[in-house]
Amino acid sequence: MRFLLVEDNVELARAVVSRLALEGHGVDHVGTLSEAGDYLRSAHYDLILLDISMPDGDGRTFLARIRADGRDTPVIMMTAHASTGDRVATLDNGADDYVTKPVDFAELLARCRAVLRRHAGAADSRRRFAGFVFDPLAATISVAEEVRPLRARELRLLEILLNRPGQVCSKAQLIDRLFSYDEEVGDNAIEVYIARLRRKLEGSGARLETLRGLGYRLIPE
Amino acid sequence: MSGQSRAVPSLRRRLVWQLATLSLLLVLALVTGVRYAAETASRASQDAVLGAAVNALADALRTSDQGLELDLPPAVFSMLGAMGEERLFYSVAINGTVISGYDGLPAPPRPPGQLVSLFWRAAWSGADLTWAATARRLLVDGRLADVVVTLGQTRHGQTAIARETALRAAWVGAGLLLAVIATGLLFTRSALEPIDRLAAAIARRGPHDLHPLHQASAPRELQPFVQALNGFIARLRSSLRMTETFVVEAAHRVRTPLALVQTEAELTLAETEDPALRKRLRRMIRAIGESSRSASQILDHAAVRSRAERFSPSSLDLAALARDGLRAMAPLAELREIDLDAPDLPASCKIRGDARLIEMALRNLLDNALKYSAPEGRVTLRLKAGGRMARLSVLDEGRGLPDDPEMLTGRFVRGANSADVVGSGLGLTIVAEVAAAHGGDFALTPREEKGTCATLSLPLG
Repeated sequence: MRFLLVEDNVELARAVVSRLALEGHGVDHVGTLSEAGDYLRSAHYDLILLDISMPDGDGRTFLARIRADGRDTPVIMMTAHASTGDRVATLDNGADDYVTKPVDFAELLARCRAVLRRHAGAADSRRRFAGFVFDPLAATISVAEEVRPLRARELRLLEILLNRPGQVCSKAQLIDRLFSYDEEVGDNAIEVYIARLRRKLEGSGARLETLRGLGYRLIPE
Repeated sequence: MSGQSRAVPSLRRRLVWQLATLSLLLVLALVTGVRYAAETASRASQDAVLGAAVNALADALRTSDQGLELDLPPAVFSMLGAMGEERLFYSVAINGTVISGYDGLPAPPRPPGQLVSLFWRAAWSGADLTWAATARRLLVDGRLADVVVTLGQTRHGQTAIARETALRAAWVGAGLLLAVIATGLLFTRSALEPIDRLAAAIARRGPHDLHPLHQASAPRELQPFVQALNGFIARLRSSLRMTETFVVEAAHRVRTPLALVQTEAELTLAETEDPALRKRLRRMIRAIGESSRSASQILDHAAVRSRAERFSPSSLDLAALARDGLRAMAPLAELREIDLDAPDLPASCKIRGDARLIEMALRNLLDNALKYSAPEGRVTLRLKAGGRMARLSVLDEGRGLPDDPEMLTGRFVRGANSADVVGSGLGLTIVAEVAAAHGGDFALTPREEKGTCATLSLPLG
């Protein structure tokens, strides 16, 4: 996914860019609203992270302007706490969600995922792999005519593996991206979810392979 | 304290005492005056009767060949008898020699005249008597002689009348005194009532109410007091505000670098495969998250305090706020694979309140429930209107409550069973303060099987 980060605090921006890069997202960072306008005109973005108070104007005005131009790119607003307005009012202005700065990254990523999934509903977000169809919006996989529901972490795990089909994801990588840091997680925690996902994928023509000491990968049978 | 209260007696008691003392003095003066007046009056009437009697006696003196004759007129005795049971003493003396009556009666202070009777008081024969004397110049044995008639009467009746009158006056005075004390109590109560009202108005205030007192409603005498109090409130308010501003500023300054440290740690974690190092890094990230969350909650708490102080409710739909709150928390619930749902949420539930405050309370309630739920658990939100309250409950399947759940709403207080969960101990304080600002209520109760039910009650609009 390609993100545009509109944020004037350079350090915070660098942190957000690095963290999103870990998730496999490409992030362009701009420090002013006018630059943001230029970037938006010249490239396609899947999501915009927009700071409310920018040196050359109010992020909410900017948002209203791009919505008026007919651009429906999902937007997550970021506000400094002291200037926090009404959440409802911010959402009414056309934002898709809202985080307070400095951001909790686990929360920001969860919100990005939710917004992206919701937004993809307009287009067809379903993906086909081997013998199954993955529908992230409905949180299901369909094998032949059978629809199997996925729990949140199974869905997330499948998303991660499907984003890098055939490549190996280490246990550590999966743990970092599947669990919030608040949780006490043992190294075996991931195996529970791998086992569950394997059951859901039975007969789908895809195989969740364990590479001892290396990690896991999803390959067609 | 008791020593101090003895040193400063109550105003009311002091006023009543002063009033009573003054009345007592007046009553004493009244009794004395009445007694004096009664004595004077009865003395004057006794003097009149005695004067008439002594003159009648003197007029009854006849000179004859045998010398001086006294023809005691009966009218005199009936006149004197009217004075009551009194004893009488009389003497008739010619040129100082007693020729009739008692010898040795008290001598008049000066020689009496013929026309004007002389009255005086003197003791005789063991009693206090009023004396009257008059003189006549008569021819006795062919010579002019000064005849002096002296008549004395005891004063039992007179004293009794004076005593009686004084006693009645004393009774009246005592009655007056009681009436004065009773009305004094009533009057001082009504006079001191504004002070009580002022005290009640201050006592009724909520713990964060620092509005100035309404000065115009206090009587003139209390105005300087109210003014001084308002000055004090203003100073307290500005000092509190300074503290709060400082806290907010400090929390704010701490959060940004914390976020940067957290990112760096997360990036390091992502690049590390060594399990021991990863364990340490995760622990570090957790601790940073905890600090960062505390700072956020301090900011939330300050925001709640300042909004609650300027509480201005408007008509709101609590059901819509609850739906919005659920939507906002959904990604976080998903992060921990917790089912967050609200079955049977009513279409609308009108209340009067502050949307920002309720939103913060709801966020903290849900955040708390998610935090203390085991992964793959369920958090349920319920909204019911009953009586005059809307009841918003968040039910979790977490570890439940410590033994004394009330203390959890105190600042920076955390349950004894929560050591392994990130938290600052301010979340429920925020919820409780939001409830208080709305005139509502916040309660934590254990659920039957496991988990906790946190209920925020807000008055319906």
